[in-house]
Amino acid sequence: MQTTYLEAIRQAIWEEMERDESVYILGEDVGIYGGAFKVTKGMLDHFGENRVLDTPISESAIVGAAIGSALVGMRPIAEMQFIDFISCAFDQIVNFAAKCRYRWGAGVPIVVRGPCGGGVHGGPFHSQNVESYFFNVPGLKIVCPSTAYDAKGLMKAAIRDDDPVLYFEHKYLYRRIKDELPKEDFTVPIGKAKLRREGDDISIITYGAMVYKALDAAEEVAQDGIEVEVLDLRSLLPLDEEAILETAKKTSKIIVLHEATLTGGPGGEIVARIAEKAFDFLDGPIVRIAPPDTPVPYSPPLEEAFLPQVSDVVNKVRELASY
Amino acid sequence: MSVDVIMPQMGESIAEGTMVKWLKKVGDRVQRDEPLFEISTDKVDAEIPSPAEGILLEIFVKEGETVEINTVVGRIGAEGEKPVGPPAQAEAPAEAPAEPAPTATPVTTAAQAEAAPAATTAAPTPVARPGGAPVKSSPVVQNIAAEHGIDVSLVEGTGAGGRVTKKDILRYIEQSAGVAGAPTPAQAAAPAAAPAAVPPTAPPATAPSGPVFPSGQNEVREEMNIMRKKIAEHMVMSKHTSPHVYSIFEIDMSNVVARRNALKPEFAAEGVKLTFLSFFMEAIIRGIKEYPIINSSVDGDVIVYKKDVNIGVAVALENGLIVPVVKHADQMNLLGLAKGAADLADRARTKRLMPDDVQDGTFTITNVGVFGSVFGLPIINQPQVAILGIGTIVKRPVVVDDMIAIRPIAHLSLSYDHRIVDGADASRFMSTVKNELEKPFA
Repeated sequence: MQTTYLEAIRQAIWEEMERDESVYILGEDVGIYGGAFKVTKGMLDHFGENRVLDTPISESAIVGAAIGSALVGMRPIAEMQFIDFISCAFDQIVNFAAKCRYRWGAGVPIVVRGPCGGGVHGGPFHSQNVESYFFNVPGLKIVCPSTAYDAKGLMKAAIRDDDPVLYFEHKYLYRRIKDELPKEDFTVPIGKAKLRREGDDISIITYGAMVYKALDAAEEVAQDGIEVEVLDLRSLLPLDEEAILETAKKTSKIIVLHEATLTGGPGGEIVARIAEKAFDFLDGPIVRIAPPDTPVPYSPPLEEAFLPQVSDVVNKVRELASY
Repeated sequence: MSVDVIMPQMGESIAEGTMVKWLKKVGDRVQRDEPLFEISTDKVDAEIPSPAEGILLEIFVKEGETVEINTVVGRIGAEGEKPVGPPAQAEAPAEAPAEPAPTATPVTTAAQAEAAPAATTAAPTPVARPGGAPVKSSPVVQNIAAEHGIDVSLVEGTGAGGRVTKKDILRYIEQSAGVAGAPTPAQAAAPAAAPAAVPPTAPPATAPSGPVFPSGQNEVREEMNIMRKKIAEHMVMSKHTSPHVYSIFEIDMSNVVARRNALKPEFAAEGVKLTFLSFFMEAIIRGIKEYPIINSSVDGDVIVYKKDVNIGVAVALENGLIVPVVKHADQMNLLGLAKGAADLADRARTKRLMPDDVQDGTFTITNVGVFGSVFGLPIINQPQVAILGIGTIVKRPVVVDDMIAIRPIAHLSLSYDHRIVDGADASRFMSTVKNELEKPFA
């Protein structure tokens, strides 16, 4: 039976709560309402109000409480109703969760998760990709699954991790993406990328919802004989440098594609590492495709123009292929 | 009114310089004497100051290009002044060559390939680059080319503007493999079995100057930097010019050691580290005063005695060596010599030498002992006629007054030009140096 990306996340949380009593969830409307997107549906009835906590509308308090309980042995999963509002908990995440290990030797095994990304006409407060803000914070892990399999496997890995993990689930993929999932327990290692398509001519390094734009573009240009390799990073922190350099060295022409806005986005770091460590293998400029440096527009046509589309990727691929 | 910026002459023997870096962009305002660009020559790397105040209107020589001295490399003028293109150094193209002509087809590459060997021997021809744009490629293509010993200009480029892409060079290798391995110039010179299969733009049959050997698989090919090329050229020229003869003397350094230890604190108070080198320089100056033939040059059938004693000291650098010169060394005391040599060595290693610092040497010292050599047989630094190598100072058992004593011993070697310096002259000179170094320390 095919399982959706959303259901995969729900299953992972459910199974981990069954497996380990210290795992619990907290957030706005995660209990009675079952979560804004129904990720936590049914959990209150099954696990009870001690393990499924509805909280006030205060992201700082949610993450703060999660950190506190983690320090005394719990494994909380804190939901941000929309990941945009994680900025309210910035201090708790950056100055407490990420630094406890360093300051006291105390790990903070929390997962902060929530829906990210555009394409659903959510406007500037309900469509953002926030990874860039945290990409510069040592002590954090960041995962951005693109498939239902990875969504489940990475959620389990994140819950079992002894340090804070930011889990960014793309709301556009929630019900659109489905996978056949194994019955048995499995995890997906944090920090490991995966090749979604092999090719010799150009590499597209991407993650999250953009994986599908890359795959669709690859399909289109394959008709012209351009073979595109698509590397799905899956995790941003730690970055799978080995996989990045491997594909860069293989094809010599690289495009980095992400939905976070261009300036200061993860693409810059990826490009820099390739330039530093695989310069001798390059056969063209390293290209970034990302939205322009503006808020995500409300207007559907503008949002479409803002987000990288398959046609944008196809054009850049053709341009780079003929360079 | 605009002012031409030229590639300066950084030494009498220097014919060309490489533009390493422009410190200003076109359109930038520049003050007179403000550093404008960096160059590299066979002698020094230097920052070149702007000849005038104004706006950098045009740049004719791009970073990485090597041009002859006095080539106009750019132009400075008033605000709003129009660029007028390069001066008439050749049949100047009317258009400013800001962008290389986009007709980088096999025609130009062939012309370029022919021009290249000629330029090294022909009389100074102005290096304007109307159509001779370098072949565009990429790091990976350069790498593959180096690995296989391929001249990239022979590969047909299908990329943007004739760029040679990775695919192009891989295809070229694949095609060539069918013929007779990688087509190095050396191999191309040999008769090919199947001429028809040779790529359309066959490499020019240039006569290799060194030994010819086939290009193997398991090797790394690296282009010499300009300093290395010049050293190679100069060393061959020197050996070709001067019949070298060598004399080696053993020096008991006890007295120098004693004197150095006694003077060290005094020098340290002056902020100067007193090295053995200063003592050798002092002794050599004494020798030169007695035997001026050591401090001379040969001009045809004329021996030119130099009145100045300017001692060059070879300084090893990461990728070569350089010989800064202590000028008027004969007019300096030990402190002056120590200061002068230390300052030059320091500036040599930090690339702050000025062109003047490496010119007008009349005699050279090279400290081969630094790296453990007992003695060395250096090659004369032309147009000088002698060079002294200082070996390592090691304690050795020696016979003193029919007894075995332990003494710090150094070997000094003099390489000299037998055209004008005979063994007797050299040995007399060396004896003076030896006596000076061994003279009792009062």
